[in-house]
Amino acid sequence: MEEVVRIDNLSFIYPDGQPALAGVSLTVKRGERVALVGPNGAGKSTLLLHLNGILHTDGQVKVFGKAIGNGNLREVRRRVGLVFQNPDDQLFSPAVFDDVAFGPLNLGYSESDVRESVARALEGVGMAGFEKRSPHHLSLGEKKRIAIATVLAMSPEVLVLDEPTANLDPRGKGSLISLLRQLPMTLIVASHDLELVRAVCRRVVILDGGKIVADGTAESVLEDAALLKAHGLTGD
Amino acid sequence: MKHSFIDQYSDRDSFIHRLDPRTKFLTTLAFILAVTLTPPHRWQTFVVYFVLVSILIVLSRVPISYILKRSLVIMPFVLLVTVFVPFFKENGLVLLAAILVKAWLSVLSLILLTATTPVPRLLEGLERLRLPRVMVMVLSFMYRYIFVLVDEVMRMRQARDSRSSGGSRLWQVKTIGRMAGTLFIRSYERGERVYAAMLARGFDGQSRTLNNLSFKLADAYFTFVVVAVLLLISALSLWGG
Repeated sequence: MEEVVRIDNLSFIYPDGQPALAGVSLTVKRGERVALVGPNGAGKSTLLLHLNGILHTDGQVKVFGKAIGNGNLREVRRRVGLVFQNPDDQLFSPAVFDDVAFGPLNLGYSESDVRESVARALEGVGMAGFEKRSPHHLSLGEKKRIAIATVLAMSPEVLVLDEPTANLDPRGKGSLISLLRQLPMTLIVASHDLELVRAVCRRVVILDGGKIVADGTAESVLEDAALLKAHGLTGD
Repeated sequence: MKHSFIDQYSDRDSFIHRLDPRTKFLTTLAFILAVTLTPPHRWQTFVVYFVLVSILIVLSRVPISYILKRSLVIMPFVLLVTVFVPFFKENGLVLLAAILVKAWLSVLSLILLTATTPVPRLLEGLERLRLPRVMVMVLSFMYRYIFVLVDEVMRMRQARDSRSSGGSRLWQVKTIGRMAGTLFIRSYERGERVYAAMLARGFDGQSRTLNNLSFKLADAYFTFVVVAVLLLISALSLWGG
């Protein structure tokens, strides 16, 4: 299987001196569905921001066999779609259409291609007909779906999601899970919602204190009660 | 929470609602120009302008009480600026009255514009009218996030009220100051996250949009009628001496 993401010994310290990642190595193959779990502050979001070059390092992150650099940022960002945790950060346009069209327009699609990919993306997340609505009139669940559509509109080969079920009510969570199960591309999901992880992912990676502490099949990792407890993933 | 205090009623349907936002923007601008250029003592002319804007308001089917209420909110500010005029000018009271009437007529037309045009459409229109892109973007971010900020302020206020009861004036003022500071920092951090979300979708500083607007025959008629009426009124007013 082709390697879509390869991270070699990645460390990252925020400008204020706070260390976030300490020697992370991870390989994801095409078609895999990987959950990145870990307690708050484990470095999950920081790791995700490296996957399409929002945070820079030199050469430790390879996507489709090429190191991310200034020369291929546009291509990397088309092929690796990143869905942020808070849809109020991701949806910044006055109307839904503009937000979903934002990515395709930046990729330089023609007008008819933009309209087609917007329609397809909204259809794909079950939100067709919401084009003219304003984000502030939508429920959180609807906003999350549209946030996913804004990335699907760019036809990514890898979809990266940060806490997709955060703050959702059980129904919103259920429908988001079934949406994620339908998506055909490679998925990388950061979450500490183990219900979501069980339903969507085959492989689970535990990140704690900026290091990978476990990596295995969902069954083996999630059944290991002692491991989960050691890394703050169970309540007791 | 739901808010629609900027463009309430803009999702209704009427002849005015269906016009192209550019048409509405330009005719509103022409109307305001005509009103402000009218000499202060021409009462008849102001009445005619009032009739004109009233006809448009009735055509738009926006509740008249809403438009009146909105317009009254703005008038105190106008009064504050103009209240000293009578003390410094000859015929000051006439001038003051004229300024108030002009401001009120202009505000009525602007409220009509925003009550019949959803903000996104209006922004699109402004962009097609070649308003600098940076300004359109700033306005559109403002429209998008003002509601998020209002929610944030409401949550902060609830959190404050549930923990404080009374206290001295000074203490309350200090609390408000701290809340404003917190709001600023949160907004700044949100700005960073929004920018990251834009970068993640290929933003490179260049802004690109699609054109969804098209002028129709109704726009041509409307512009023609409004501009013709405005010219006629000004001509009559000048000719009347």
